Amino acid sequence: MSKEKIALCEDLADVMPPEYQELVATATFGNQDRGWKDIGSSKELIEQHSLCAGCPESIAFRFIMSSIPNPEDSVFVGSTGCTSLVFPQVGIHNIHSLFGNQNAIASGLQRALAVRFPDRVKDVYVLAGDGATVDIGLDMTMQSWFRQEKFTTICFDNELYANTGGQESGLMQKGFVAKMAPVGKKFEKVKLPEIAFESGCHYVAILTVSKPNRVEQAIRRATYVAREFGPTYIQLYTPCILEIGKQSMEGLDEMKDSESIGGRFVMRELMTDEVKAFIKEKEAEDKARRKQAKAVTA
Amino acid sequence: MEEQYQVLPGPEAFLPPAAASQGIVLPDPGQAHIEGRLVDEEEAYEYAARKLLGGKVPTIFPGPLVLWKWNEKAAKKASAIRRLANALPARLIPMADYRPKYPKIDPAVEINPNHPNLTIWHNKIDVCIFVGVHCHQANLALKIIRGGTDCYTIAMCAQAGHEDACLSFRDISPETIDKLAATVERLKKEGVESQAIPFEQFVMSREGVVKGDV
Repeated sequence: MSKEKIALCEDLADVMPPEYQELVATATFGNQDRGWKDIGSSKELIEQHSLCAGCPESIAFRFIMSSIPNPEDSVFVGSTGCTSLVFPQVGIHNIHSLFGNQNAIASGLQRALAVRFPDRVKDVYVLAGDGATVDIGLDMTMQSWFRQEKFTTICFDNELYANTGGQESGLMQKGFVAKMAPVGKKFEKVKLPEIAFESGCHYVAILTVSKPNRVEQAIRRATYVAREFGPTYIQLYTPCILEIGKQSMEGLDEMKDSESIGGRFVMRELMTDEVKAFIKEKEAEDKARRKQAKAVTA
Repeated sequence: MEEQYQVLPGPEAFLPPAAASQGIVLPDPGQAHIEGRLVDEEEAYEYAARKLLGGKVPTIFPGPLVLWKWNEKAAKKASAIRRLANALPARLIPMADYRPKYPKIDPAVEINPNHPNLTIWHNKIDVCIFVGVHCHQANLALKIIRGGTDCYTIAMCAQAGHEDACLSFRDISPETIDKLAATVERLKKEGVESQAIPFEQFVMSREGVVKGDV
């Protein structure tokens, strides 16, 4: 796939439904400075979704899809969960894996793409819930980090198994009582960001999706670092409003509360000094390019 | 001796059997099948052209492989499909992709492999062509159509053909699509008239339907 191939055959283009015509005309494929600010002014790479009204996961999807720097040459690997209901609605290549296998599949995919397209930058992302990433798929997740596979793992952390009715997960907070975990969780939330960093991830971020600029920054940093160094990991708090007893409009407040001082989702980034220097240099380059482009258009 | 199963228009059953399970086999190169009977493809062109001309609402369902410009061959197939639609005339209703569309598809202007019967019913389509649809999705849709509608299905497959279509070509190319259009033109010259109900092909823009019958 490349930008040139996101085109309609002229002879049948005028029978295509509007959303596809809009996708070809206004989506930000090929724009290396694309970002969350394009939402509203260009076609998003996510069409109508099937998640609950007000679901923070749907917000996360919109921010991620608008932030990845290379959508025409990116592939997402998903796993069982609410995320798998959304993937049929996105305008980016994606693969559904068996529950927990996502990082193993992404490893093979990333290696195959590197062999098949040696001259083209191909980005692979795993996007899965906390059950797939931390519980059932922890083996595959960590093994891919140990092997230094060059892709980004994004975990949608809603702190329980949401679409099966609210069972306890490793990322659930200690003491939390869920619909199908009535006793309350007896041990602490697994510190996966720290585990990821110690396991070989070169860039790790934990945050909520309440602030789109932060999500964009984390996604871009993780992508660039994964290309150059090796595995990266992002943990996004996407609370399941249904399972924690909130209303549709309360998801944002829940995320804001959890990232206030002392909260468990205060934004944190873990990286080595080498990676820090690389990111600084890369972001300076990007800034200079944007400044130059602005000057040209002005 | 047991009678051979025929792949005929339905409605056959809520869950019609896969034609392959009833002994229908795919044609070899140079062949096609008509209702499960293997024939020389020349015979199938003639039969398909007559079926299409005899339909009241003949419709072509182009799929992603011919709607998106993956390569020049896809563009050539799209041009040939447009020529075939004009020659008949036949409606063009796209199967743009395979996602389950929310909240629902508009059956007047699109078809979905998961609920193809909705589009067939809504438009009262009695004969249709699947072209440029990935085989696994075409198999799904063809079986649903045979199960719940009385539409005669024709598959123009670029691979090995489809048992579940009432008539299936294989190894199609821009040239073979043009060959079917030429057969239609010849039959019309010989006096076979199109029975299609007059219509105006809809035209879409980014805002929606611009003109045409929907």
